Amino acid sequence: MTEIMHGQVEEQKESKAAVRVVPCWSCKGPVREGSPFCQTCKSVQPPGQVDHFTRFGLVPRFRVDVNALERQYFDLQRLLHPDRFVTKSGKEKTLSQLQATSLNEAYETLKNPLRRADYLMHLHGTDVLPNGCNLVNDQELLMEAMEMREALLEADSLEAVDQVGKQAADDIAECISALECSFADKDWETACRLTTRLKYLTKMADETKAHRNKLKSMS
Amino acid sequence: MSEDVTLPLLQITEPGAAPEQTEDAPQAVAVGIDLGTTNSVIAVSRDGQPKVLEDDNGEALVPSVVAYAPDGSAIVGGLAKRLLLDRPESVVSSIKRLMGRGPEDVKSLAGVMPFEIEPYQEGETGMVRINVMGHRKTPVQVSADILTALKEMAEDQAGQAVEKAVITVPAYFDDAARTATKDAAKLAGLEVLRLINEPTAAALAYGLDQGAEGLYAIYDLGGGTFDISLLKMEKGVFQVKATGGDAALGGDDFDHAVAEYFLTERAKTLGEANLTRDEVKVALMTGRLAKECLTHEDSGEWVLESGGQTSKHALTRGDFENLIDAFVDRTLTICGHVLEDAGVSPSDVKGVVLVGGSTRVPLVRKKVEAFFGSEPLANIDPDKVVAVGAALQAEALTVGSDTLLLDVTPLSLGLETMGEMVEKVIHRNTPIPVAKAQEFTTYQDGQTAMMIHVVQGEREMVDQCRSLARFTLRGIPPMTAGAARIRVTFQVDADGLLTVSAREETTGVEQMVEVKPSYGLDEDEMANMLRDSMVHAKDDMQERLLAESRVEASRVLNAVVAALQVDGDLLSQEERETVDAAISALDAAIKGKQRETIDAAVDKLDKETQVFAERRMDRGIRSALSGVELDTLEQKITEE
Repeated sequence: MTEIMHGQVEEQKESKAAVRVVPCWSCKGPVREGSPFCQTCKSVQPPGQVDHFTRFGLVPRFRVDVNALERQYFDLQRLLHPDRFVTKSGKEKTLSQLQATSLNEAYETLKNPLRRADYLMHLHGTDVLPNGCNLVNDQELLMEAMEMREALLEADSLEAVDQVGKQAADDIAECISALECSFADKDWETACRLTTRLKYLTKMADETKAHRNKLKSMS
Repeated sequence: MSEDVTLPLLQITEPGAAPEQTEDAPQAVAVGIDLGTTNSVIAVSRDGQPKVLEDDNGEALVPSVVAYAPDGSAIVGGLAKRLLLDRPESVVSSIKRLMGRGPEDVKSLAGVMPFEIEPYQEGETGMVRINVMGHRKTPVQVSADILTALKEMAEDQAGQAVEKAVITVPAYFDDAARTATKDAAKLAGLEVLRLINEPTAAALAYGLDQGAEGLYAIYDLGGGTFDISLLKMEKGVFQVKATGGDAALGGDDFDHAVAEYFLTERAKTLGEANLTRDEVKVALMTGRLAKECLTHEDSGEWVLESGGQTSKHALTRGDFENLIDAFVDRTLTICGHVLEDAGVSPSDVKGVVLVGGSTRVPLVRKKVEAFFGSEPLANIDPDKVVAVGAALQAEALTVGSDTLLLDVTPLSLGLETMGEMVEKVIHRNTPIPVAKAQEFTTYQDGQTAMMIHVVQGEREMVDQCRSLARFTLRGIPPMTAGAARIRVTFQVDADGLLTVSAREETTGVEQMVEVKPSYGLDEDEMANMLRDSMVHAKDDMQERLLAESRVEASRVLNAVVAALQVDGDLLSQEERETVDAAISALDAAIKGKQRETIDAAVDKLDKETQVFAERRMDRGIRSALSGVELDTLEQKITEE
């Protein structure tokens, strides 16, 4: 745990060194890049090219307190949502829409473990979704996916489907905690493999749900 | 895990600060309008106290019925509804069902449509056009007449002009229907502050007025539309989790079922008869009366008169319930899908709120209660709750508020790809505003144009989805096939309206996009209608431009004043005097009525503060480099 903490402090320092000052479009004075408002004239600023974590004042890492993230999301939307800018100038309306759009995108990405893992891999330079990590040619993973699919195809009662569904849910939970470790250890290869696995598992869970509905509607 | 949150970037301004007011313009009142299929309601909120407006007869529900005189003038509401039985040919009702729709969407009764559909004219969009008393009307124009009547009613009562409104739409309305609604408001001379979804408006009324908190389902069965929304309501945040519905399912269908039943009975005794359009209207009206009666009574008898022959029809509540059972079941199937989309079960839902006049039908209440396992809420009149929510939101948007409303797209948005398949770009239930991009390439050498077909819906094939628009991109630089990279961006704003833009990435050339809305009005048609409508005369336009200039000028003024407070020491006394003079000049111009003077004063102030701005940037960059600003920032964070 101390190692993880140490890693964070370093990352924080790095991100601070990158702070740049840009002119506010409204009062023309200096604004810290990525800041949603000008500290001088209070005008809303363009969302800028900051990563999803920085947008919420978070350090890029896999472990995220989703409840705290949601509170932060609400707090920022309260200030930036277009509903706050209905009586403002056209430019401010446009900027608030861009800000709110960026916030939605960031929130939707970070709150979902699969999308978050994929995004972290993307920040690291590897795209996993939609087709899976190309670094991975994993027989074990393929076998697992095939076996699950077979189990689902054979499940002809609600109980049997629920059994498959429970297995998928357990696997997802296990996969997520394994991802936490590999991201914390900066073991990108394992993280990439696990992200691909999480993608398969999530897909299985969705298919299980669809299969369950089909069975239910037939009965 | 509070250590995760390292703190917001810099200071943040006051939320919902009150807008600037100019001296000669009293704060115009912003209204909330529920533009319904059967009835429309208008409400105003002041100091958080919403009030539903009533007409001279004390009626809050204005029938969404318009009667046209031969000269084209419109009568709206109760009077028009009474004309429905005597002069059905001059009366239009349930026009909302045709908003953003084509002729194929018009529902017939016994093979006869209650509207006279105009033949398609070359060059028009697919929006249906009807003929009333020899006048060719779009649903947008008919809706505009209803909105105008509501606006005038509010103006009479407020004793001042009403120009701004929040208008509600069914959550399940597609882009074409939303755009049509916004166009109707424009024709009626109303600025739409926001289109909000009807169930969301109802939730707002319950949350703010009744203090409801937790996960709520809003079951909204109106005259022509059904919506079900699942919302999390918490400390002033209204977050839509999932929404679903059917934009062509409502109380009208109950009327239809009853009318159909009566007509079949009648045919048994009097023989088959070809009905006229007006007789169809009367039959539907009778069906409606029967429905309303059977909400309170156990049985009743009705008389149908047409072609000089009368027939009597008895119906019990049980018979009625058999007739509408399938419709009610359909709403519950949709409820099931929405709960599943949100990943919750009925028992997770803390309460169900009933909205819409059709929820008065006892069978609906009974079945909704059984489905959710709890007695539904109807503390606020289901006919008025949407307008109340809209009025509260209108006040929040203009006066300021802490309430946050986060809504979603009801339907997936996509593009037609090879083999008439749909590629989804934005999935349903995505929080709005949202923007997503997709890349395309050319498939022929030297190709300079590309057609893009935008559709909305959940199905996989193009013809099973709703066509929204076709775009032609032109001006793609000629390249070998597959070399061009065209990035098409879909953007849905807070009104739920889509805009599409395109850009060729290798050259950075922004593409010209020609839009042909499938069921909307194109720009020319809209411009013509605006010209014809008179309400939007030249004066109005000038007023609007003046107001815009004032807003922009106030923004500039406030920005400079704020900058002077922080960095005023960067100016010499002489320089300061020049800037102050430009400020006073702008201040005076804003209070005047000359747009040109205001704009000139803005330019002047801009020019006089150029050097000031440069010095401020220099100072800002210097202090950032020396880390002074960062240190104070860090200090602030630790203090907190």
